[in-house]
Amino acid sequence: MGTTNPDLVELRDLKVAFDGVQVLHGIDLTVARGEALGLVGESGCGKSVTWLAALGLLPGKAAVTGSIRVDGRQLCGAERSDLEEVRGGRIAMIFQDPSSSLNPVLRIGRQIVEALQIHRGLRGQAARTEALRLLDMVGIPDAPRRFDLYPHEFSGGQCQRLMIAMALAGEPDLLVADEPTTALDATIQAQILDLLNALRAETGMALVFISHDLGAVSQVCERVCVMYAGRIVEEGSVAQLFSQPRHPYTRGLFDAIPRIDGPRDRLIPIPGTVPNPKHLPAGCSFSPRCPYAVDACGSTYPSLEFQGDGRRLACMRPVPAVTTSGEAKRRIHEGLMA
Amino acid sequence: MTALLEAEELVRIYEVRRGIFGRPSPVRAVDGISLAVMPGETLGIVGESGSGKSTLGRMLLGLDLAQAGEVRFAGSPMPRNGTAEWRAMRAKMQLVYQDPLAALDRRLTIAAQIGEPLQIHRLVPRQYQADRVAELMEAVGLRSDQAGRFPHELSGGQRQRAVIARALASRPKLLVCDEPVSALDVSIQAQVVNMLRDLQERNGIGMVFISHDLKVVRNIADRVAVMYLGRIVEEASSDVVFRSPQHPYTKALVSSVPVPGKPLEGRMILQGEPPNPADRPSGCAFHPRCPVAQDICRTSSPALRRIGDGRTAACHAVAGETASIETMRRMA
Amino acid sequence: MIRFVLVRLLRAVITILAVVTFAFVVLRMSGDPAQVMLGPDVPQDAVDAFRRAWGLDQPLWIQYLAYLKSIFTGDFGVSMRDKASALQLVLERVPATLQLTLPALILKLMIGIPAGVYAALHRQSFADRGVITLAIIGFTVPSFVMGLVLVLIFSVILGVLPSGGQDTWVHGVLPTITMSIGGIGILARFSRSAMIEVLGQPYIRTASAKGLKWRDVIWSHALPNAAVPIVTIVGFMVGSLIAGAVVVESIFSWPGIGRLLIVSVSNRDLAVVQCILLIIAAAMVMSNLVVDLLYGWLDPRLRSHAAH
Repeated sequence: MGTTNPDLVELRDLKVAFDGVQVLHGIDLTVARGEALGLVGESGCGKSVTWLAALGLLPGKAAVTGSIRVDGRQLCGAERSDLEEVRGGRIAMIFQDPSSSLNPVLRIGRQIVEALQIHRGLRGQAARTEALRLLDMVGIPDAPRRFDLYPHEFSGGQCQRLMIAMALAGEPDLLVADEPTTALDATIQAQILDLLNALRAETGMALVFISHDLGAVSQVCERVCVMYAGRIVEEGSVAQLFSQPRHPYTRGLFDAIPRIDGPRDRLIPIPGTVPNPKHLPAGCSFSPRCPYAVDACGSTYPSLEFQGDGRRLACMRPVPAVTTSGEAKRRIHEGLMA
Repeated sequence: MTALLEAEELVRIYEVRRGIFGRPSPVRAVDGISLAVMPGETLGIVGESGSGKSTLGRMLLGLDLAQAGEVRFAGSPMPRNGTAEWRAMRAKMQLVYQDPLAALDRRLTIAAQIGEPLQIHRLVPRQYQADRVAELMEAVGLRSDQAGRFPHELSGGQRQRAVIARALASRPKLLVCDEPVSALDVSIQAQVVNMLRDLQERNGIGMVFISHDLKVVRNIADRVAVMYLGRIVEEASSDVVFRSPQHPYTKALVSSVPVPGKPLEGRMILQGEPPNPADRPSGCAFHPRCPVAQDICRTSSPALRRIGDGRTAACHAVAGETASIETMRRMA
Repeated sequence: MIRFVLVRLLRAVITILAVVTFAFVVLRMSGDPAQVMLGPDVPQDAVDAFRRAWGLDQPLWIQYLAYLKSIFTGDFGVSMRDKASALQLVLERVPATLQLTLPALILKLMIGIPAGVYAALHRQSFADRGVITLAIIGFTVPSFVMGLVLVLIFSVILGVLPSGGQDTWVHGVLPTITMSIGGIGILARFSRSAMIEVLGQPYIRTASAKGLKWRDVIWSHALPNAAVPIVTIVGFMVGSLIAGAVVVESIFSWPGIGRLLIVSVSNRDLAVVQCILLIIAAAMVMSNLVVDLLYGWLDPRLRSHAAH
């Protein structure tokens, strides 16, 4: 804990390849203590792989290079026992499909107690008491009676609460939530987002929220990274990105979302499809789909650079910085006022 | 104008057995649903898992038989499943569902699959078949060089386009789409939604669009029916439902849609679990989760009734019988 | 639960009855015991007397009903050859057979499952490929070929193990190994694929993500899940403890049930054959029932949960 580095997690030039196919092209990312960071992008952009790689949870055939520092301690290439200490203890992770993420043949109480044993050395009655406290904290009603039930006896939303309780057991400094609400119904999704916010306020842990849903991200995060084809293309505060997306891809993502209010206009899709990681286009990976692209975009990849306003951006032809459209004004208004 | 599709008091009950030692118990998946779709109209059906929306979709096509009630297509009742008349009618009403990879035969090229209905229903003379397939592919935005591809060689969005092209081959009057864009990324989803809207406008197809994604339904549907535990709880034009939802469940649903840039505070978050169809609460099925539930809601099931704006809703509070102005205000 | 067991028991009885009926009919259609027992040159009245004595002159369905009646009263008939109780003749041979099949079963479990699990944990490695290759050889080479090869190597060439008989435990070594090889191969393949399937499940990733040691992930999270499909195969092997020895016992002249079956079939010793088949069927059916009950114990999803 007592290092001079204020950042909890620092990823430098993190690269991942599966069977020689590179899916992550050098991710630079830091997570400060207590902050909530969103990772946004479409399927295959590498947002989940980044964190599975950081925790060494990728299958053996994945080649991971670069630097992964947690409190200054290097995890890339570290011993298995070092990784096991970080997992669940410093960084906990929950996943997209809560029902299949819990072991179907073990009682849920035992699965939570297991985490308490590893990270806090609790056993017997003490572990049970603490597990019940966690279950109560994540909003599982009637916990003592349900302690010995199996995962299939809980709904999807409750399974995600159980996963969160298990994640909290190690008192982590960071919770990585990988699409935690994608598989859940809308009303349950709102409950889980609410719970994540409440828990963060209560424990002060940092949160990395991985999602394809910009709406969900804006409800729990302070800062957002947008990823495309294995790279971060834009990063900034929620207010910045939502009021003024500068990368054409970020802009395109916003435009493609159907609106729940306002007129039923035609949607504005991003043309084309996400590139196959085996055959990435030359230069900027987004250039073939980009309405702003010029010739140069097809030859060199723009590096991720800090902009004057504190955001990071990887684009040679960004969306003009100052827009006066009502759209942007309304976004600022909603983002700041609502 | 007569309705293209009418359903009256449809009921579908499943027997569900829990565990290998369990006794079968009846589950009312669809519990007395009536609806109508006009030619060229899109009816959106929204609801959470367990609401019965997918079962309803299959019943509208006669794929799942109703235990009670009737489906009429262009004014005439649905012929018996499997008969020649049923097949002829089925050519006029097609299903598109969520997983295009499961809907496609992985051993056939997509052109062959798009052409299949043309052969089965003998719709086009053999020599014009290739032309018609090319026309269909163009209509859904597939390139002609993709004709010889196999399903696994296409992206998810392209596969769904192929499925839609195949559904359009028999020039259907009705398309039932069950979560057709839910598996697609946002940018691709917008492409497919636009395409469906264009196709519909061009061909005057009636559409039933089933989805849990309210934003997509809002964009594509003219009218929306909200389902909860096998029943419709509110139905009105898309604009009306989303601008001023009346049923507390609809309010919660609309409120739960995360809007970019809008924080969580101030949203209406429903407490409690999603409903279990095998364990239907008494009275109004929504009452255990309802913020304005009163005694009557626990005992009596509210009927679906007109409440103006061309809207129907099934709620004691909305009907104004028991709700005071204060409770209405609390809900908002 | 009780209803479930009763239904399964009833089904078991029906299965056994079907096997018994099938054996009864086929045996009587495929040869005349009188001819086989008495030889080809006996006078007709001796044949008739034999048939009368054994009730073979009655119509088939009367014989069948009489047979059913007797087995329900626990009478399994008398051997035509030894004039002794068929059941006793068979039971006398059971220990000899179990002397081979039980050690063979233990070998299958002790080698097959660990080999399969090890291969799954070291996928694509040299060891994995070795296990797959050996497993395929193990269950594709028929046991009579395997037995003869082993005899050739260990008895004929090396001369270290006897090729037949039942005098000492050393005599049991070759037949036990022969008998276990196929099962080891099947179990190794099955355990490997069951384990690979389980290791790809999200809950294994969860277990790793919460900081469990890899060893504990395997022991407490992966193996209990992989056990379900493995138990099916093991149950089948337990069920065939009695039946699985026919070929091997013949090769190694081992005086077990398998040999008795072959001798009795060729003699058309109806009561003995029927008794053996009945016992084999009963063993199979019982082990199936036990497996079904084990499923519920291993996988809580298959249990009823009316209280929920």
